[in-house]
Amino acid sequence: MGTPVLLIIVLAGIAALLATGLAGAIRGRAPDGRVLVYGACLALCALLALAGIAGLAAPPSGLGLPLFLPWIGARFRFDPLAGFFLLVINLGGAAASLYALGYGRHTAEPERVLPFYPVFLAAMNMVLIAADAFGFLFAWELMSVASWALVLAHHHEERTRRAGVLYLLMATLSGLALLLGFGLLAGPAGDYSFAAMRAAHPSGWLAALALLLVLFGAGAKAGLVPLHVWLPEAHPAAPSHVSALMSGVMTKVAVYAFVRVAFGLLGAPPWWSAVVVLALGGATAVLGVLYALMESDLKRLLAYSTVENIGIVFLGLGLAMAFRADGDATGAALALTAALLHVFNHALFKSLLFMGAGAVQTATGTRDLNRLGGLIHRMRVTSFVFLVGCAAISGLPPLNGFVSEWLTFQAILLHPDLPQWGFKVMLPADGALLALAAALAAACFVKAFGIAFLGRPRSEAAAAAHEVDGFSRAAMAGLAALCVLGGIFPGVVIDALAPVAHLLLGTRVPAQLAVPWVSIIPVTAARSSYNGLLIFLFVAAASGIAVAAIHRFASHAIRRAPAWDCGFPNANPITQYTADSFAQPIRRVFAASLFGAHETVILPPPGDIAPARIDKTMRDPIWDWGYAKPAGWVERTSISLNRLQFLTIRRYLGFVFAALVVLLLALALWQ
Amino acid sequence: MALVLALAPLLTGWARKVKARLQRRRGASVIQPYRDLRRLLGKEVVLAENASWLFRVAPYMIFSLTWVAASLVPTFATGLMFSWTGDLIAIIALLGAARFLLTLAGMDIGTAFGGIGSSREAMIAALAEPAMLMIIIALALLAGSSQLSTIARFMDSPAVGLRVSLALALVAFLIVALAENARIPVDNPATHLELTMVHEAMVLEYSGRHLAMIELTAALKLLLMISAIGCIFLPLGLAVGGAGPGGYAIGFAAYAAKLVVAGALLGTFESAIAKMRVFRVPNLLGGALMLGLLATLLLFVSKGL
Amino acid sequence: MGGSAFDVAHTLAGLLVLGSLTMLYQDRLVALINVLAAQSVILAASVAWQAHLQDAPDLFITAAIALGFKAIFIPAALKRIVVRLGLHREIETVAGIGVTMLAGMGLIALAMEVMLPVTSRVDPVARQDIALALSVVLIGLLIMVTRRNAVSQVVGFLSIDNGISLAATGARGMPLVVEISVAFSVLVAFIVIGIFLFRIRERFDTVDLGALDAFRGERR
Repeated sequence: MGTPVLLIIVLAGIAALLATGLAGAIRGRAPDGRVLVYGACLALCALLALAGIAGLAAPPSGLGLPLFLPWIGARFRFDPLAGFFLLVINLGGAAASLYALGYGRHTAEPERVLPFYPVFLAAMNMVLIAADAFGFLFAWELMSVASWALVLAHHHEERTRRAGVLYLLMATLSGLALLLGFGLLAGPAGDYSFAAMRAAHPSGWLAALALLLVLFGAGAKAGLVPLHVWLPEAHPAAPSHVSALMSGVMTKVAVYAFVRVAFGLLGAPPWWSAVVVLALGGATAVLGVLYALMESDLKRLLAYSTVENIGIVFLGLGLAMAFRADGDATGAALALTAALLHVFNHALFKSLLFMGAGAVQTATGTRDLNRLGGLIHRMRVTSFVFLVGCAAISGLPPLNGFVSEWLTFQAILLHPDLPQWGFKVMLPADGALLALAAALAAACFVKAFGIAFLGRPRSEAAAAAHEVDGFSRAAMAGLAALCVLGGIFPGVVIDALAPVAHLLLGTRVPAQLAVPWVSIIPVTAARSSYNGLLIFLFVAAASGIAVAAIHRFASHAIRRAPAWDCGFPNANPITQYTADSFAQPIRRVFAASLFGAHETVILPPPGDIAPARIDKTMRDPIWDWGYAKPAGWVERTSISLNRLQFLTIRRYLGFVFAALVVLLLALALWQ
Repeated sequence: MALVLALAPLLTGWARKVKARLQRRRGASVIQPYRDLRRLLGKEVVLAENASWLFRVAPYMIFSLTWVAASLVPTFATGLMFSWTGDLIAIIALLGAARFLLTLAGMDIGTAFGGIGSSREAMIAALAEPAMLMIIIALALLAGSSQLSTIARFMDSPAVGLRVSLALALVAFLIVALAENARIPVDNPATHLELTMVHEAMVLEYSGRHLAMIELTAALKLLLMISAIGCIFLPLGLAVGGAGPGGYAIGFAAYAAKLVVAGALLGTFESAIAKMRVFRVPNLLGGALMLGLLATLLLFVSKGL
Repeated sequence: MGGSAFDVAHTLAGLLVLGSLTMLYQDRLVALINVLAAQSVILAASVAWQAHLQDAPDLFITAAIALGFKAIFIPAALKRIVVRLGLHREIETVAGIGVTMLAGMGLIALAMEVMLPVTSRVDPVARQDIALALSVVLIGLLIMVTRRNAVSQVVGFLSIDNGISLAATGARGMPLVVEISVAFSVLVAFIVIGIFLFRIRERFDTVDLGALDAFRGERR
C-alpha cells in the first residue's frame, strides 16, 4: 500500500466540490453565481482528473476516516481502477463545466441547477474511492438524488415530471439491488468493507446471486435492457450539460460498480454468469440502436445510443469474464482493456454529441429533427465538431470509436476453442450482434447529422439559427480533438489502462508504446495489428495527392445554380426527407415484427381537397410487457387489498386474534 | 497504389463490354471510362446554391479513403511494403467511412431523390456490413489472423483444405460484394430511373471533377472487392513479398487473368438476372448474414473438439 | 484417410444443410421443388463420394437411386401435380427470412450440441457429418410444421428422407436391400399421397390445410 497522498488530494477535491454546491445554493440567483460555480467545478475536475492519471501509475493506497456512522467509519481506497474512472468522470465533468459557463446563461431558474451540479460531481467521485459498502451506497444514492434534482430543473413540463418519477423509481430499485448484493457478499459476519469481501471468497450460488443482483443494480443505472426505460425520459429532460454528464459519465460509474464487484471482489463467479452478461450486452447493443433509429427527437436518439454503447461495454466485460472462467488471463486482459477503452471513448464522444444537441436546442429552440435542417450553414463550428462526434461514435477510422470496436472484435477472435457450449454459441452470436449494432449506429448517426445539419431548413427557427458562444464551442472542440487524438495514438490510452487489468486480473496487454510505428498489437504481431497514425497519414496523403492532381489537371470552374433534382426542383423544404422517412426502410426491415412498426396512409378520394395523412405507429414491447403489465398487476392487487381499509372493528380484532394464535402455533411446532 | 488506380477503370470498361456483347450490342470500347473521366475533369462544376462545404469536400475524402483501402489489398503479391497495416476489419471500416460521407453528401442539397438514395443505402449497409464482418470473423478464425496478407498466405498454403465454412463464406462474400458495389441484383449502375436508384441517387447533384472522383471511386471499389475475392479464395499465383521479378511477373499475370475472368463473370451475371425490388434486398443480405453466422458457428463448434 | 477426402464429404453435407435452410423461406412452390431437386443431386454426389471413400460399390447404386428417383423423377412428378392443381402461381405465407433462418440455425446448434458429445469416440469430421444430417432432419420437420400447403409438406417429408440417407451412408452400415426397400416405400407413399391430393382437390376445391380444417368443423 502506498502513501495516501493522492487519496487525500481526491478527498479534498470532493470536499471542495461539496462546498461549491453550498456556494451555489447561496449565490445561485446572483449574476456571477454561474461563473463561480462552474468555474470552480472546472478547476476541481481538472485537478481530480490529474489525480486520476497519477493514480493509474501509483500503487494502491487506503485511508480510514471517522465519518458517517461512528462504529463503522468510512474507508477509502485509491487504486488504478479508481484512477482510470476518476480520469473519465472528471474529464467529462471538466468539459461539461466549461460548456456550462456559456450554456448556463440561458437557464431560466439557475438556483435549481447550481447547488446540485457540484454535489452530483462530488458524489460520483466519492463512489469511485469508497472502499466499504456503506460509503459506496451513500455516495450512490447521493448521486441519484442530485441528478434527480437536476432532471427536475424544468419542472413546469408534464413530461419532465413523469421522467423524474420514473427516474426516482429506477434509482431506488438499483440502490436496493446493490444493497442486497453487498449484503450477500458481506455474509453472516456483517463486515461491509471491500477488503473483507475480497478475502471472503464466496463461491457457487452465493457468488452467482450476488453478481446477478449487482448486475441488476448497476445495469439499471447504466441502462441495460430491459432496465433502460428511464434513460430516454430522464436524459433529455435535464439541461444539456447535465445530460452530457448523465449519459457520458454517470453510466460509467455504474460500469465501475459492476467491474469492481465482478472482477475485484468476487474471485471466481460461475462460468454461466458470463453467458448472462454476454447475452444482455449483445441484446442491449442491438435494441438500443434500433430504438435510436426510430426516434426523431435528437436527445432521445442520443440517450438510446448511450444504451447501445453500454451494451457494447458489457459485451466486452462478458468476454473478459468468460475468458477468466476458462483460465485465460491474457485474453481476459484484452477483453477488459477493450471494454474500458470503449468506456473512455464513449464518455468523450457522447458528451460531445449531447453538448452539440444542447447547442442546437439553444440556437433553434427545438430538438425535433423534423423541424431542423440546414444548420451547417448557420452553425459552422458546431456542425463540424458534431460531425467528428458522429463519425467517432459510428466507429470510423481513424477516430477513437473504431479502436475500441476493433479491440473487441480481436477479443472475440481470440479463443474459438472454449469448451463450454454456452460460450460456443454466445461468442459468434455476440460477434454478429456487435457487427449489426455498429452498422445500425452508423446509419443512425447519418440520420441525426444529415437531417439536423444538412439539407434545407424545415422551420423558421432553423432558418434563423445562430452559432453558440465561445465556451460551448471550446468545450466541444476540445472533446473532438481528444477523439481524433485517441484514434491516431490509441497506444497511449491502452498503456495507461494496463495497470487496471494488471490489478484485476494479474496480467496485462503487451506494452503498446514500444511497438514501432506507433501501432497497436493486442496479442502478437503475427495475429493482427492496427496503426491509426499510418491510416491517418495515408488518407491525408491520398487526399493531398488527389487535390493536387485535380488542381493541376482539371478545370477549376464552379458555377452556382439551383439544385438539379432531375429537372423537377421543388422550392418547398417539406419535400425533403425527414427523420422518419430516412429511417423508413430500416424500420420496415427490422422493426416491423419487433416493435409492430406500422404506417397507415389515408388518401382522400380524388376531388377532395383534404390533405393526405401518414401515421406511424409503434409499440415498445419492453415497456408493454416489462413495465405496464406489472404496473397493472400492482395496481389491481392494491385496489383489491384496499378493502382492508374499511372493515369493522370486530374484523380487525379478529385479525389480531388470528395473528396471535398463528404465532403461538408456530412457536409450539418449532420447539 | 498506382496500380489499382490505373487498372480500375479498365475493369469497369471490360465488364460493360461483356454486358453489351451479351445484349447483342457492340458496346463502348474498354477504355471508354478513361475517356469519360478525362471529359468530366475538364468540365465545370455546377453546384446547387445551398451546397455546403461538406458537399465539396466529400468526393475527395471518399476517393482517398477508398484508394487507401484498395491499396492495402494484396493484388499480385503479399507481404509488400506496409502490408502489415492491412487489417481486413480496418479495410472494411475504411469503406464504411467512405459510405458514411457519401450518404451525408446525398442528403446535403435537401432534395427528395438524395434522401431516397441515402436512406436505401443506409438500409443496405445496415445488413451488408455485418455480413461482411461475420465473413471476416470466419476467415480470421480459420487463418489465425485478421491481416489480409496473412489470410492470403494461409489460403495459399496446403494447410487449409476444403472447408464447409469456406464455401459458405465464399457465397456470402459474393452476395455482399454485389451489394457493396451497387450491382444487379441490388442496384442497377446503369439505370436512368430515379426511383430505382440507390447509389446513383446519392450522387445526382454532382458534376464535373467531383463526379469524376466519385466514378473513379466506384471503379476502385469494384477492383478492391475482386482483388479481395481473388487473394482470399483463389490465391493461385500470388507472389510472396521479396520473390524477385520472376515471381512478381507470374503474380501479375495471374492477377490480370483473375480480373479478366471476374469482369466477364460479372457482366454475364448482371445480364442473366433482374434487379430485385428494394424490399427483397434485405432478404438476400439477411441470407448472407446468416451464412456468415453459420460459417462462424460451425468453426466455433468444430474447434473445441 | 486424407484430410481433404473428408473435407469434400463435409462440404457436401454442409451444402445439404444450406439447401434445407433455403427451403425454409421459399414461398413459391416451383422454386421449392427445384431446391429439393438440387438437394437430392448433392445427396447423390455425397453418397457417391462415400462409396468411393469406403470402397463399397453397392453405395453407388444407392447414389444412382437417389439421383434417379429423388432428383429427377419425384420433383418432375411433383411439378406436374402442382401445375395440374394450378398452384404454381400462388404464393404461400411463410414467416420472414430472418426469423426462419434464425430458427434453422438454432436447430443446427441444437443438433450439434446433442450429437457431438454422444459420438465422442468417432472421427471428428464424421461426427460433424452426423450432426449435420440430424440438422437436415430437424429442419425438414420444421418445414413440414410451418407450411400450410400439402405439397410443401410433402417436400419437407422428402427432405427428411434426404437427411436420413445422409446419416445412413455416413455410418457405413446400411445394406443395399434396406435402401431399396426404403426407396420403394417412399415411392409408394408418394403415389398414395398424390392420389389423395387429387381426390381432396376434387372434393373441396382446395388443398390449403386451414380451409380443410374448417370443413372438418374443428376451427375454434
